[in-house]
Amino acid sequence: MTQIEATPKPRRNTELALLILALAVGIGANALVGVDQEKAFDQDFWFQSSLLAAAALVFHVVLRVRAKYADPVILPLVVALNGLGLAMIHRLDAPGDDTGNNQLRWTLIAMAVAIAVIWFLKDHRILRRFTFISLAASALLLILPLIPGISAGEILGARVWIKLGPMTFQPGEIAKITLAIFFAGYLSSNRDLILLAGRKLGPLQFPRVKDMGPMITAWLVSIGVLIFQRDLGSSVLFFGLFIVMIYVATSRISWVVIGVALILGGGYVASKVFSHVGLRIDGWLNAFTDEVYGRQFGGSFQIVEGLFGMANGGLVGTGLGQGRPNLVPFANSDMIIASFGEELGLIGLFAIVLMYLLLFTRGFRAALGTRDAFGKLLACGLSFAIALQCFVVIGGVTRLIPLTGLTTPFLAAGGSSLLANWIIVGLLLMISHAARGPVDTTPMPQGAAPAEEKPVPPSPPRPAKQPGRQPSSTHPDAPTEAVKQL
Amino acid sequence: MNHAIRNSWIAAVAMFALIFGALSYVQVVGADELQANPWNKRAILQNYCNDRGAIIVGGKPVAQSVAATESCKFQRTYTEPELYAGITGYFSKNYGVTGLESALNEQLAGSSDQLFLDRVGQLFLGNQPKGASVELTLDPAIQKLAYDLIPDGQRGSIVVTNPKTGDILATVSKPSYDPNLIATQDANAEAANFNELNKVPGINLNPNVSGPTGALLAPGSVFKLVDTAAALSSGKYNKDSELPNPAEMSFPGIQYKLPNYAGGNCYTQNTASFAFALQQSCNTPFASIARDLGQKAIADQAAKFGFGEDLGDQLKLDYAKKAFPEEELDPAGLAQSAIGQRDVRATPLQIALMTSAIANGGVQMRPNLIKTVRSPDLRVISEPKPEVLRTSTSPEISRQITEWMTSVVSEGIGRGAAVPGVQVAGKTGTAELGTDGLNNSWFTGFAPANDPQVSVTIVMQGVDITTGAQLTSPNAKKIFEAVLNK
Repeated sequence: MTQIEATPKPRRNTELALLILALAVGIGANALVGVDQEKAFDQDFWFQSSLLAAAALVFHVVLRVRAKYADPVILPLVVALNGLGLAMIHRLDAPGDDTGNNQLRWTLIAMAVAIAVIWFLKDHRILRRFTFISLAASALLLILPLIPGISAGEILGARVWIKLGPMTFQPGEIAKITLAIFFAGYLSSNRDLILLAGRKLGPLQFPRVKDMGPMITAWLVSIGVLIFQRDLGSSVLFFGLFIVMIYVATSRISWVVIGVALILGGGYVASKVFSHVGLRIDGWLNAFTDEVYGRQFGGSFQIVEGLFGMANGGLVGTGLGQGRPNLVPFANSDMIIASFGEELGLIGLFAIVLMYLLLFTRGFRAALGTRDAFGKLLACGLSFAIALQCFVVIGGVTRLIPLTGLTTPFLAAGGSSLLANWIIVGLLLMISHAARGPVDTTPMPQGAAPAEEKPVPPSPPRPAKQPGRQPSSTHPDAPTEAVKQL
Repeated sequence: MNHAIRNSWIAAVAMFALIFGALSYVQVVGADELQANPWNKRAILQNYCNDRGAIIVGGKPVAQSVAATESCKFQRTYTEPELYAGITGYFSKNYGVTGLESALNEQLAGSSDQLFLDRVGQLFLGNQPKGASVELTLDPAIQKLAYDLIPDGQRGSIVVTNPKTGDILATVSKPSYDPNLIATQDANAEAANFNELNKVPGINLNPNVSGPTGALLAPGSVFKLVDTAAALSSGKYNKDSELPNPAEMSFPGIQYKLPNYAGGNCYTQNTASFAFALQQSCNTPFASIARDLGQKAIADQAAKFGFGEDLGDQLKLDYAKKAFPEEELDPAGLAQSAIGQRDVRATPLQIALMTSAIANGGVQMRPNLIKTVRSPDLRVISEPKPEVLRTSTSPEISRQITEWMTSVVSEGIGRGAAVPGVQVAGKTGTAELGTDGLNNSWFTGFAPANDPQVSVTIVMQGVDITTGAQLTSPNAKKIFEAVLNK
């Protein structure tokens, strides 16, 4: 796939056209949601729509300036998904609820951070310098929710939130990114050692403990902490991320086989040892029995209600604002896919799932196109993480696999998840810029200061930060999704 | 590396293929089955604004649809709402449907097959669809009396049935609530009321939690009736058996000792007849029966009385059914379970059915709330006949237990329930809730003993011994008098 193109094309105008389409989808959905109610086309609607459109256009302009060869499809896809999510959350807000505005606030913060990443980082390869810092950051982020005083305690059965002033935050979402950076950095430096040095045992070649040590440690720590925090979904996600990245680095299918065997074995042991895991599996297998359905904690009520909602939607859906998705618990977060299934029908959900498919495919495309191993590993890992997260969430909601508490990227209410996924988008855009742009033969600047501390270049064509957005990013005063859900 | 990246992409696409399959299954292939599921409230809510049939008690509607606004033509209203809330449930736009509103929806909404011709008529005449009305077996005077016998602020339930037919004459619980607050079409008020009511201890409006009379409570000494029936039917015991009655019972290898009931005269004898043991509610004789017969014999007898089994009641109060423990109990655990403590739980209706079976010669009748169902033109379309649910014990054994229960009221600790000129059979129970001296206080019995017309089961939750004694047996007396003097 690395055919030489005659002259790389930026394709920013394509992006602009698609972006307008994406905004039309998101804002149109939001308008439809309000049509039935008195609040149709009120001040809030215009306020929210114009802010979303402005932020998307600023993002587009930043790409024109800083990453003009970036993939033109990624940003419109994400804006459309994010806009649809906003519309559905707004639609599900009971009178007096403010989840919709809160989600918009987080969207703007997340986009600002993603813009900042693109603006200041300039080249994704710089991240490779932070391989071990990323490992330390991941460990810190994962341990934070367990530290008394910082921890927000156990919310909905999991200890994954920390207090940030009046808000709560889920640092594990960010750890997803830092772990991917660590895996990519470590594997790209050591893949030869892992591949070649080591003992052969039967058909399998085992690398030296010395070479695999940091990987195994990182993996064990993350899984261990997550089990301790009772965050089943993230455990699966990290495990998948780990497997796919080590597979891409070594091209050895044996890793995948071992990994999948470990997942199944570990899952079986966990279901026997940890009651919450056992309950999840029971709620999945026996969802339609009286006992499991009526159980107050860890029952199947949520998933069964979600299935009823989706069945009610059928092929074409009830129409936005016409169904009853609010009969399902967590209709705007964990179960938002069921809400879409009910109101947009199978056709609408297929469209949404196809958008995810396109999104991760463009991510993989960037991985194929970029020339450095680090970038390949990072793009591939992050793209696969998006795909796996969608699979775990949608599979759980449709009762294909047991339901675990993961958020649907960009759609579900939740600030931490939005922030993390927008940063991922920023990274993918940069990698795709490197992949699609003209071959850069100049060596990377050596000894540059860490990107975050770099001063703003003296004469950027446009200011990096938009006035008016900053205040909201420093004073988000509404409670986050976690508090709302209580 | 690119080869592995492509394979990872294929894996991600494969996961998405599974998602597409699962979504298609839920929303199209399996949708009809999910739509028809009795737990699915969406079908009911589709007819939210239609004219539903009334629920009638003693000739007067307690739930009916009245003309409302142009956009939503009918509004559900409840008269004497608190008195009947536990039976009618609520019919809410956003929080679903509970109680008989849900259980009898086919009739009330007019979608029952028996109303097919009515529906055809409505179609041709262009009339509003109209549902059938349902008259209940409840006696409004007894219902009101029972409700007032539970003091405000006290949690408790009373169930009054006719043991020969299974008809329920009264079923009340406190705290109760006003279903009009949830059935309102004003969404803001509805949400506020729902949240407010759910904060009251003892009220749980979740549509999938059993109503208050479906609460699972430790039955305490009323469970000794099960032990007695098990003992007699084993053949190892007869009416003249002398049971060991030590002041306390010890178990091999542990410190714990099971004490005898301190409130009565148990301490006066080292052995006891069945009559004495039941009259004074001694613990150790029944613990020794359980030790002698073994766990399975007790569990089997409990199941014959309906513990853990389907009760077939229209309110589906057996939602939270609980059997006698199945996992193997240690000797102390078996002894405690035999006196209705430890993990043994029952709903007030379950205990009422056990007593009714004893009253009805060992035959348990299906509990029934429906007297007649009438089409909109007042034609009777169904009229449930008494139905045998199961045989709990033999006529001889039930006659023997009745004799002993009569002596509990005539000379034992159930004297408060005695009605002059009528033979009353009864059994009291005190289930300790913890170490704070608070109990669940029970009375269950029937009258007249030789020709049972009425069975009464009362439970008061979280009371001290004295209050419990005042609120159970004497209240049963008032209900017996009220029913028998009609």
